[in-house]
Amino acid sequence: MKPLHEQLRGVDLHIGRLMGAVSVNLQPIPGEVPVVQVSIEGRDELPIFITRSDTQILCMCYLWCDAEVLPERRHELAQTLLELNPSVPLSAFGRIGDRYVLTGALALDAPAEQVAQDVAVLSDNALDALDALSEFLV
Amino acid sequence: MSVIKKVVTLLRSSVREIGESVVDANATRIYEQEILDAQHSIETARGDLALVMAKEMQSAREIERLKQEVARYEALAVEALDKSHEQLAEDVAAKVAALEDELAEQTKAHAAYAVQVVKLKDLLRAAEQRVREHEREMAIARTTESVYRATQSISENLGQGGSNLLNARQSLERIKRRHEELADRMAATAQLDAECGDAALERKLRDAGIGCSVDRQGAVMARIRARQQATGASPSIE
Repeated sequence: MKPLHEQLRGVDLHIGRLMGAVSVNLQPIPGEVPVVQVSIEGRDELPIFITRSDTQILCMCYLWCDAEVLPERRHELAQTLLELNPSVPLSAFGRIGDRYVLTGALALDAPAEQVAQDVAVLSDNALDALDALSEFLV
Repeated sequence: MSVIKKVVTLLRSSVREIGESVVDANATRIYEQEILDAQHSIETARGDLALVMAKEMQSAREIERLKQEVARYEALAVEALDKSHEQLAEDVAAKVAALEDELAEQTKAHAAYAVQVVKLKDLLRAAEQRVREHEREMAIARTTESVYRATQSISENLGQGGSNLLNARQSLERIKRRHEELADRMAATAQLDAECGDAALERKLRDAGIGCSVDRQGAVMARIRARQQATGASPSIE
């Protein structure tokens, strides 16, 4: 199988076009598993990370961590996220360690256009979710 | 133990541990071997099943043939008795008895094949289910590992580079501010255009009655009136 960053060739241009002529930067992250960071102009604080397992391509956006959640509203936030999950197109809320994330999954052989579409939707959803759910954060 | 249960148990432990041990290398090898074995037994069972089903059909045909033969020879024996050929009838009876022996044997074989078909189909179903289950388990385990390892790499990397994975509220405010700035800039540009850009110049020219957007209809009408007065009262155009 091709290295992840090669499989993602052109994804930056597709995302840029999808999101209206913004510049997009792909940056491989060193580590045990392949990870590529996608930075979208104007949303640099909310990067998307793409990784690949043996069975699928995963796009992730880290939203906030445990320490940022108002302790007294933690339970309510969990409930809200579960209830929101079925409604959010193509993305799912989740937790990795102490971080809340929004993830999208694609088939291993998904073409660049599809990955770009997922990243764009994930970024929009993440920004929207952050805005809507910031009342739960410190 | 189901793999989801295992993942749930591991989620209670540290992130580092999860990345390393949802399925350890040894268990992964065992799973992979089991998948291979199950796939192999599926192939063998499929081949065996086809063979046994073919034999089952053959024996069904043979049973049908033997039954017809028995009926035919019995009719012949009756005919021999009718014509008082006692000995011949005895010979035919012996033939019928032999055919019936064969028929009993074929019937037994046919039943055995049917049992074997059921057994092989069960085997096939079980092996296919095992493959599917193991593949699903591996997928869940591997995805969990990937996600946690990727998060580890990302945290370490951003940690070194002065982390921009910090406070969500701050991030949101920065992004929003940038959007507002952009919107303000666009509004300002439009306003500037209105005040001193091309649009403003066009308007000034128009107000002064200069340029292509002056009152063309009025000018044409004035020309027509002038012409009318010059040529007398006739409104017609030559």
